[in-house]
Amino acid sequence: MTQSPVVESIDSVDTEETPVGGPATAAGPTRADSPAVIRTQGLTKRFAGGQLAVDGLDLTVPRGSVFGFLGPNGSGKTTTIRMLMGLIAPTSGVATVLGASMPQSVGSVLPRVGALIEGPALYGFLSGRDNLVRYDCADPTADPRTRARRVSEALDRVGLTAAAGKKARAYSLGMKQRLGLAAALLQPRELLVLDEPTNGLDPQGMREIRALIRELAGEGTTVFLSSHLLDEIEQVCTHAAVMSKGRLLVQGTVRELAARAQGRLVVRTPDAARAAEVLAARGVSDIRVAESRVDGEPATAGDDPLPGLCAALVEAGVRVSGFGVERGTLEDAFVALTGEGFDVAG
Amino acid sequence: MSQAEVAPPAPTVSAPKAAPVSTTVAAPVMEPVMEPMAASMVAGVRPQTAAGFLALFRNEITLTFRRTRTIALLGLLAALPVLLGVVVKIQTGNLHGGPGGPAFIAQVTQNGLFLVFAAITVALPVFLPMTVGVVAGDSIAGEAATGTLRYLLVAPAGRTRLLAAKFAAAMAFCWAATLAVALSALATGAALFPMGGMTLLSGDTIGLGGALLRAVLIAGVVALSLAGLVAIGLFVSTLTGSGIAAMATTVGLVILVQILDSLPQLQAIQPWLFTDHWLTFADLLREPMYWDGVLHNLGLQALYLAVFGSAAWARLTSRDITA
Repeated sequence: MTQSPVVESIDSVDTEETPVGGPATAAGPTRADSPAVIRTQGLTKRFAGGQLAVDGLDLTVPRGSVFGFLGPNGSGKTTTIRMLMGLIAPTSGVATVLGASMPQSVGSVLPRVGALIEGPALYGFLSGRDNLVRYDCADPTADPRTRARRVSEALDRVGLTAAAGKKARAYSLGMKQRLGLAAALLQPRELLVLDEPTNGLDPQGMREIRALIRELAGEGTTVFLSSHLLDEIEQVCTHAAVMSKGRLLVQGTVRELAARAQGRLVVRTPDAARAAEVLAARGVSDIRVAESRVDGEPATAGDDPLPGLCAALVEAGVRVSGFGVERGTLEDAFVALTGEGFDVAG
Repeated sequence: MSQAEVAPPAPTVSAPKAAPVSTTVAAPVMEPVMEPMAASMVAGVRPQTAAGFLALFRNEITLTFRRTRTIALLGLLAALPVLLGVVVKIQTGNLHGGPGGPAFIAQVTQNGLFLVFAAITVALPVFLPMTVGVVAGDSIAGEAATGTLRYLLVAPAGRTRLLAAKFAAAMAFCWAATLAVALSALATGAALFPMGGMTLLSGDTIGLGGALLRAVLIAGVVALSLAGLVAIGLFVSTLTGSGIAAMATTVGLVILVQILDSLPQLQAIQPWLFTDHWLTFADLLREPMYWDGVLHNLGLQALYLAVFGSAAWARLTSRDITA
């Protein structure tokens, strides 16, 4: 039994080479210095009914990232997470988690992974503490001698210490969510997979959970976070991927994704109709006129900068009370990508 | 490898080949790590230990007996001998000479100890297997229905290990259920009837101590003879995501098999039904004990266990967990 002090070098390229390492084609904008914690290649799941839930997914989650996994309901997010966790077997393709293929390596991989999948599931007749003891017992690598301490620490971390003795069936949804999160935090993890972790929480609880996610990420845990709350993804994630109808539409850093959504020029003026004419003449497209407000897409890469537009408006006698560009949000990018919404760009 | 090379005090949770995540992980946007993590907070590969492996079995058995349902079932089983004893006490006159009625009932009035065997004989065909069907049928399906199955599997409990733990817990319940009947019968028998040395089926007489030993032996045999049913229940439980459906199916199967076992036209298949040799435990009330039927029964249970245990394993290890 040699206690080798090997510390896995994160920056080393060697760790990129996994036992099952297929062609390391960098699908998506992976940072070269961070080997993937999750990598899928052509991951596909067709259910018995013939329904194609996930279709040829190539996903790369860099180590150390907080990875937002977005998509409308039924887009295959949960099926993907279940395949990553070895709960369901892929129809074809490869899923690699922490360098080992799933579901073959669940025994060696999952003790290093904490997961919250499709909401918490608890034993209602057990106390919160005993629920955690139960899940801790399920992990054969968990040392029974330190179990009580681990459970107390996990309860403390999610702020449930006071309610630890209460039966789980008496818990509110938010408390159940916290307890589920505590189960994922029983051990120090290399990867946390959190499916809608702030579901059912009040705004204060949401803030706490987000702070916790940031704290965990700061400790070096990679967080894979699925959420339908785009501002949540924008607040806590460094990377994101968008799924729709079983396919991966895009993945990259949140900044890149948000940049895809073009900002809109917004002019506030009492002379809306006149302003619209001027803007149209200057190459602004997709103009929408509302009461004392006009917005549109400024010509891309045009030589006519915004100050020029503003000057033109003033020149034409338009009384401008506000002029500016509304920044593109992840939500805009999301809507544009999934086509969910009226304003489809690209 | 000298311990001196290990910088932090050797953490108990870290593996021999621990690959702790470096604290220098590039985490853009994140605030830098303030201080080195405590030894207990280092992620990495941990070894699987025997104690850790067995913890699930202990937890599973404890969990089974913490359910209100389990306690209610055991209470029901314990009430049966009391009822039987009271009825026998009241109806003493009518029981003599009557040809029918369960075995041992007639002897109960002479010796309360016989209530143990009478109660087991009454409980074994229907009540015991019904309670066992509930526990075994619900084992996997119940976890699937509440969603806890997915969390156990990502813990990761391991599908084979979980199935083994469920089997162990269900067998523990069989043992407890038989014991509930036997102990309740013993207490009732002692309260209502005279106790003492016992005349065996072979005509020999043994002392009270010997008789109690036989009661313990028989309780063990009866518990083991429910193993086949437990395996069937586990298999049914892996087929569905509804605990109620699995329980109903398993209990229904018991009733169906008991009916099949009573139809004279089906004599050809009856020796292969798991219920057919259940009552052979009575052979242990002879001197010397007659083991053929008991061993035949246990062999048949082992066969059912092998067949349905394998089926349950094959099903659970290949199944997509979508609940």
